[in-house]
Amino acid sequence: MMIESLKYMPHPKEANAALAEHFTDLAPALNARKAAIESSRCLYCYDAPCTRICPSDIDVASFIRNIHDGNVNGAAVGILKQNILGGSCARVCPTEILCEDACVRNHDAEGQPVKIGLLQRYAIDNMSLDEHPFKRFPSTGRKIAVVGAGPAGLSCAHRLAMLGNDVVIFEAREKSGGLNEYGIAKYKLTDNFAQKEVDFLLAIGGIEIRHGQTLGGNVQLKDLHTQYDAVFLGLGLGASKQLGLTGEDAPGLLAAVDYIAALRQADDLSQLPLPARAIVIGAGNTAIDMAVQIQRLGAEEVTLVYRRGFEAMSATEHEQHIAKENQVRMRTWAQPQQVLLDEAGRVRGMRFEKTAMVDGRFGGTGETFEIAADAIFKAIGQSMDETGISDPLAKTLKRDGEKIHVDDRFRTVLPGIYAGGDCVAPGQDLTVQAVQHGKLAAHAIHEDLKSMTASITAAPKVEAA
Amino acid sequence: MADLSIEFCGIKSINPFWLASAPPTDKAYNVVRAFEAGWGGVVWKTLGEDPAAVNVSSRYSAHYGKNREVLGFNNIELITDRSLDINLREITQVKKDWPDRVIIVSLMLPCEEKLWADILPLVEATGADGIELNFGCPHGMPERGMGAAVGQVPEYVEMVTRWCKTHSKLPVIVKLTPNITDVRAPARAAKAGGADAVSLINTINSITHLDLDQMVAFPVVGGASTHGGYCGSAVKPIALNMVAEIARDPATKGLPISGIGGIGNWRDAAEFMALGSGCVQVCTAAMLHGFRIVEEMKDGLSRWMDEKGYTSVSQFVGKAVPNTTDWKYLDMNYQVIAQINQDDCIKCGRCYVACEDTSHQSIAQLIDAAGVRTYEVIKEECVGCNLCEITCPVQGCITMVPQETGKPYMNWTQDPRNPRAEKVAETV
Repeated sequence: MMIESLKYMPHPKEANAALAEHFTDLAPALNARKAAIESSRCLYCYDAPCTRICPSDIDVASFIRNIHDGNVNGAAVGILKQNILGGSCARVCPTEILCEDACVRNHDAEGQPVKIGLLQRYAIDNMSLDEHPFKRFPSTGRKIAVVGAGPAGLSCAHRLAMLGNDVVIFEAREKSGGLNEYGIAKYKLTDNFAQKEVDFLLAIGGIEIRHGQTLGGNVQLKDLHTQYDAVFLGLGLGASKQLGLTGEDAPGLLAAVDYIAALRQADDLSQLPLPARAIVIGAGNTAIDMAVQIQRLGAEEVTLVYRRGFEAMSATEHEQHIAKENQVRMRTWAQPQQVLLDEAGRVRGMRFEKTAMVDGRFGGTGETFEIAADAIFKAIGQSMDETGISDPLAKTLKRDGEKIHVDDRFRTVLPGIYAGGDCVAPGQDLTVQAVQHGKLAAHAIHEDLKSMTASITAAPKVEAA
Repeated sequence: MADLSIEFCGIKSINPFWLASAPPTDKAYNVVRAFEAGWGGVVWKTLGEDPAAVNVSSRYSAHYGKNREVLGFNNIELITDRSLDINLREITQVKKDWPDRVIIVSLMLPCEEKLWADILPLVEATGADGIELNFGCPHGMPERGMGAAVGQVPEYVEMVTRWCKTHSKLPVIVKLTPNITDVRAPARAAKAGGADAVSLINTINSITHLDLDQMVAFPVVGGASTHGGYCGSAVKPIALNMVAEIARDPATKGLPISGIGGIGNWRDAAEFMALGSGCVQVCTAAMLHGFRIVEEMKDGLSRWMDEKGYTSVSQFVGKAVPNTTDWKYLDMNYQVIAQINQDDCIKCGRCYVACEDTSHQSIAQLIDAAGVRTYEVIKEECVGCNLCEITCPVQGCITMVPQETGKPYMNWTQDPRNPRAEKVAETV
């Protein structure tokens, strides 16, 4: 386990059952009555702003109207048609900056937006379908490799399968789901939802997932390229960025995502190593998830430190509010300067330098302070694990900065190789965006392959299904 | 605060709010509670001949709005299912205890003069202020030749009214059924029979909704259903029209009207009164909220009267009647055009899609570079139909603004575009 470096620490004081209580649903589900009231608030806007802003093109006004009309299955299928991971997106989407921010009921005179995220969750959680809502098209006879069983890869695989293709997903981890399984705060996706959603998605058939398959390790891109009709890379961002300080590998200092993954996978929360005082460095949702979760496990003092001000945080106001509600201390305008170690070489705190904007330029002020801590969690961003794309073929992929370059159809510069999700440049690094990329890439792959076949056989196009 | 007392066909009432003949007025217990709450009067639930009617279970159903608010209500109850004797004794006692409150006794009997001649002295002996003839009940009773079965035949209405005027000195209010093509016919008949007033509307034949699993309408009685009588907020527009029809009919002009049908607040009451109702009767709203609502109704009406400078109810009763006319006398040269207040607009696009799909394509959807929508009225295309104003969820955001056409009043009978213009004008 990646959190070996914390094993000398004590465990939470509470027993597993008591701890589990702290990780129940952050935003409890709507019951039927609440869903009826909330859906009645929707104005069924024309050209609805919520729909326009949804990265995965869910027809929000339509599904809410279906909920209100008692057609929950219709609502759910309407969501899943555009976003097969609609259930987890309903839980993890930053709706406060997406659909709910666009809701016309935000207007000064209106009060508050319709709770779209909770309504979406209501539809998915309460659907009662006799069979998988999507049928596979007649077989194309083609086989496509998908790398990564995260939101992008799963979405792509599902859509490809639906279009009549067979898919093999290569996944490095033991479980599927990617971020949803390993990287999101436990209280946002309770009841093993990520796994249940994967099971539902796979029920369409035609998708095989091979676990323990690491690109650049036991799987090489060039092999996939030759063995499959097409390849989709849904790599995600597996590597944590470094602070660049000495002592970064000291016991007590680790990436927040590693701890979150361990927490998510723990059968017994009381066996997790728990620092009494912790520092979390970063300002994104991962930083907040980390800080809040460790506080809930029983840490006495959790301080989140960010080098700029609140307004610059990538965690939304809603997320910041969650942190405050959970007694996370937030310290802005300070950057890490030195990891402080005790005699045994373990983390005992961190020295920070105060920062400021001077004449429009950001920088350190020279003034420092220290925060004592038993552990430091860095959540300053993720990047692609470069080992995955270091083989000779992968090296020829064009890049946009650190990310893989794709065109507007999610094609990389290598024919037959597509990519989407967090590993490509377009879009925000959001689950819902990854789902959309996977879906659109699947269509591109399917159509590209079809037109290739058409041009070879010069046969007239036959529309599937 | 303005004085709410009225005199309605000779009957004095401390306020114009009466409870209509219905379950809330079926017994002394309820009526006393109503009087304690402040109602000016009640029309005691319809008495009939013994043995008393027998009711089924269940009896009520409802037509709901988006938030499960009851828009319309429906019942299949019959007239009182308690004996005549009990009712008469209770009426006597309550009237004695509450001398300043109005008690009207509703009656329903077969069309035989002797039955009416026998019951009327008994009713009069209670001390009641008047009687109301139930010619409107649309369910159950018509099958027995009463209720709406009488109200639908003007000759019967006139005949029974005359019997009552013959055998009783009490004021006679004839309650009319809306289940008829032209409500003016029974109203005229009532007047011809000597009625002191009419009250309307009684309930409308209706089926509110169905249980699609059991394939049966509501209310369900052992797996079957029947049409009920519709009332509540949803029937108000129908009732208002019928009241106006009678108020402006030369044959019944001046005949006192007790307005009934979907009155749930002071504004509804004021509207009925402006169209000619001297008092109003309430039932469904009280059944849904209890008798206490009369408090807000009295307060609201009184404050509105103060604002408008009315010191008595009679000053505004019937005030909207002269402004209610036939279509052919409306001004063909009057023109309104929709105007959208952009500050209030929440950009929901409902006005746009309604006009674009179903009306005159007179709203433009403008999209700027940032993708922000703006909706603007295309004045040249707008016919002033009100659809956009109606679909707009923000009250007051879209207004219909009168245009200065510079043209004088011209109705259809005068309009050169009317191929029969002169003929119509001649017959007016």
